[in-house]
This record gives sequence, C-alpha cells and structure tokens, in this order.
Amino acid sequence: MTQYLMAVHGSDDDYAQITAEQMQEMFEATDRFNQQLRADGVWVFAGGLETVASASVVDGSGEAPVVTDGPYLETKEHIGGFWIIDVPDHDTALKYAAAGSKACQGKVEVRPFQAE
Amino acid sequence: MSQDARAAVERIFRDEYGRLIASLVRRFGDIDLAEDAAGEALVTALEKWPADGVPPNPGAWLTTTAGNRAIDRIRREKLRDGKHQAAVMIADDTPHAPTGVIEDDRLRLIFTCCHPALAPEARIALTLRLLGGLTVAEIASAFLVQETTMAQRITRAKAKIKGANIPYRVPENEDLPSRVGAVLAVVLLIFNEGYLSSGDGDPIRAELTGEAIRLARIVHQLLPTDLEATGLLALLLLTEARRTARVRGGELVPLEEQDRGGWDRALIAEGHDLVRACLAANRPGRYQILAAVNAVHTDAPTAAATDWSQVVALYDQLARIDPSPIVALNRAVAVAELDGPEVALAIVERLPLDGYHAWHATRAELLRRLGRSADAREQYDAALAVCDNQAERAYLLRKRGQLAG
Repeated sequence: MTQYLMAVHGSDDDYAQITAEQMQEMFEATDRFNQQLRADGVWVFAGGLETVASASVVDGSGEAPVVTDGPYLETKEHIGGFWIIDVPDHDTALKYAAAGSKACQGKVEVRPFQAE
Repeated sequence: MSQDARAAVERIFRDEYGRLIASLVRRFGDIDLAEDAAGEALVTALEKWPADGVPPNPGAWLTTTAGNRAIDRIRREKLRDGKHQAAVMIADDTPHAPTGVIEDDRLRLIFTCCHPALAPEARIALTLRLLGGLTVAEIASAFLVQETTMAQRITRAKAKIKGANIPYRVPENEDLPSRVGAVLAVVLLIFNEGYLSSGDGDPIRAELTGEAIRLARIVHQLLPTDLEATGLLALLLLTEARRTARVRGGELVPLEEQDRGGWDRALIAEGHDLVRACLAANRPGRYQILAAVNAVHTDAPTAAATDWSQVVALYDQLARIDPSPIVALNRAVAVAELDGPEVALAIVERLPLDGYHAWHATRAELLRRLGRSADAREQYDAALAVCDNQAERAYLLRKRGQLAG
C-alpha cells in the first residue's frame, strides 16, 4: 500500500463564477466522496483550506524568522484542499482522483508520499 | 572469442531481451534490478556459449541465470546495508499482483512503459529500452538527443514508476481500450521516426521501422481480438513493404512514381490478410482505416489504376472519427486525383495548417498542376523551410527547380 496526496487546485476566478447552489452541490458531492473513501478503507485524512488570502509564509532558515503575507507561490491557481489516501497502486489513486475531481469540480494533483 | 560467435550471442540476447526483462520485473518488482541481472546474464552467456555451445533453450537459460544473479545481488545488498528486502523477495509468499485479462509478462511491461502518467517521450524511450533491448545510446541517436538527456529521461521514468507505485499489470477491462491506444500510439511514433527520419542522418531508419513492427507483432499476438492492434500491424506492414522503393539516389520517390516491382510482396500479402480480418469484423477504427487506405494503394498494379473513390470514402470514414485538419489534408490529396486539383486546392487552402510541411508541399503540388508557378514556388519554399527529412528536401528542391518561368 502507498499513501498518496490528492491536492485540489483551483483559481479564485473559477470559484467566483460558481453559484451558491452549485457550491452546495459540490459540498454534498464531496461529502459523499469522503464517505466512499471511508467505506473503501482508503481514507487517511482530508481537509479543505481557507482562501490564499489567509496564508502566511515563514522563513526560519536565516538568523531571525521572516514572516511574509500571502502564499509561497504567487500563482493564479492554488491548493484549495486535499485528501490523503492509502491505496495499492498509482492506478487506484488515479481512479479516486478522478472521482474526487468530479465531486469538487477542481483539478487534482496526485503525488505519492516518499517511502519510509 | 570470434566476432561471429559474439554477434550470434548478442542476436539471441536481443531477441529474448523483452521477455527476459518482463519476467524479471514480474518476479522481483524492480526494473533496475531486472536490467542489471539481464546484463550479468549476457556477460555469462558471452563467456560460456562460444565454448560450450548455445543451450537448447537459450531463453530459459538466460531467465534462470539472470534470476540467480538478481538473488545474489539482493543478498549482497542485504549484507551491505542491512535491508530485509532479500528475505522478503526470496521467501515471497504473497501472491503476485492481479494480472488483468491476459497473463503475459511482456504485455504487462508494455502497458507499464506506456502508462498515461508518464510523459509521451518517456513512454517511447522506455518501450525501446525495456521491450526492444535498444541501448540508451541507440535510442538517443534515433531521437536526435544527447545520450545524457536520454539517460536522464529513462532514469526519471523508471523512478516515477517506482516512486508513484505505477502498477505492473494489464489494465482492467474498462480501462483497456484507452490504454491500448497509448501503446499503439507509441509503436506508431517509433515507426514514423524510422520511416521519415528527421535530421542529417539516413532518411529512413530501417532498424527503427523493424523494431516498431516487432513490437506491433507482439501487441497483436498478445491482444489478437483488438482490431486496432490488428489494424496498426497491417498499416506498418503495408507501409514497410514500400520502403525500399521510396528513396532513390537520396531523393524521396512519391507513391505514383515508385517502382511497384520493388515492393515487398510477402509483407503486402500479410498486410492484406490482416485488413480483410478487420473488414470482416466491421468495427472500424483509426489504424484499421489507415491500413485499408494502404491496402487500396498496394492493390493497384499501377498508380493510374488506384481506386481513388475508395480512398476518398475511407478518409470520409476516418474524418467522422477524427475531424482533424491533417485527416482533411490527406483526404484532399485523394480528392485531387478524383475531382481534379482545383477542387482539392479549395479544400486545402481552408485548413489551418500554416507551418506544417505536408500542407505546404501539398499546396505546392496542386498549384503546380494548375500552372500557377509563382504561387507553387512560394509554397515549395515554405515547405522546405520546415521540412527536416533529407530525402523529402531533395524531392521538394527538384520539383521547385522544374517549375516554369
């Protein structure tokens, strides 16, 4: 079994175009997907993130920590949430990613965790 | 050791390579280990076979020898860094991963090499390396990149297979059609690179077209009910059949000027049989239709006797599956023979293919036939500016030189 991060990417522009009704549908679909992950026994952890406006970056590699406002990468698309699943292989992870992407209407990046 | 003996051992090894690697990957679950063990088995074979003779079943001998080398290597690793991997590998009592619809190691390896999570150029390189047994240097020179670049590409692809835990198996039934498509696309790309080579080297690379046909045969043999796999093999055979007639004196010879006596009749007969099998099943797909087009061409005793209405009808069928401008361009070439260059030019000029050499070359040819020399010259120049196959360049230069005024 391998653990995979499934990170949901999206831009604020995309989200701005979604109606409240559609948003509600997405939440419900995502909730059903989460239940499916639990029922399949592959669920490790999942969470949605607040908007990038809430992000801070701390650089403690120098003498004194430097805190900056905003996300680490100034890009149009940001991570909106993520799942961690534990599945037998990459193909299985891709299948869950496809279902998760459909549920939350965002692109999903699939990356394995480093082996111990 | 004599050169002959060495060459003979290497030929057997090359023939057995894909099967050998595939069975080692299945057994040990590690591509690098499989390659190292196969290399060590080759060294042993080169020492023993010229003296003792080639064993009755060289494939089995190589598999056994390489398997023993792999186990030795795992044991050494274990002593060196204390991993418990060896114990697990040698006394592996867990069943192998489910193998999907067909149990063949090579088929699984092809699907792993052509996995959609790998970059397309990595799929080609990995397929040639692991299934074809080509060296990294050979693959690099075939695709005109530095050996170090190709080595990195292959290393990265193998690392991704390992790190992302890309499974070594034939996809499930539901995924099979789309995944077979990726495999067939890789085989066709390998063939095309051989058939219309870019760069300053030979215009045709027979070792690449031969390798692609070998891979197409394996896929067809392993998936005999997949009509597109059948169609692709037929397409490659019927194209390869014309290879030697296609270049004369370093210059490309277009279909209508080729010496049909120089075509390979055995390949044509085999290709036609496969096309007939596809037609009988009546579930046409892209490769089957392209094979059928080539069957029409290879059926005609002379260029003038070509059944162009049949070719146009086949391209109409293909355009319904794939409405791309490139299909429309190929259809227009047949339309020119059926309805004249004017009708064809009207179609061609609408296509958004600026900068695509075949588009400019086709326009040039149609304009030449219509007597519009100045316009034709402009299109020959545009084609030459983007064409990097030496034989085709020579052909285009001659045609441009023949224009009146």
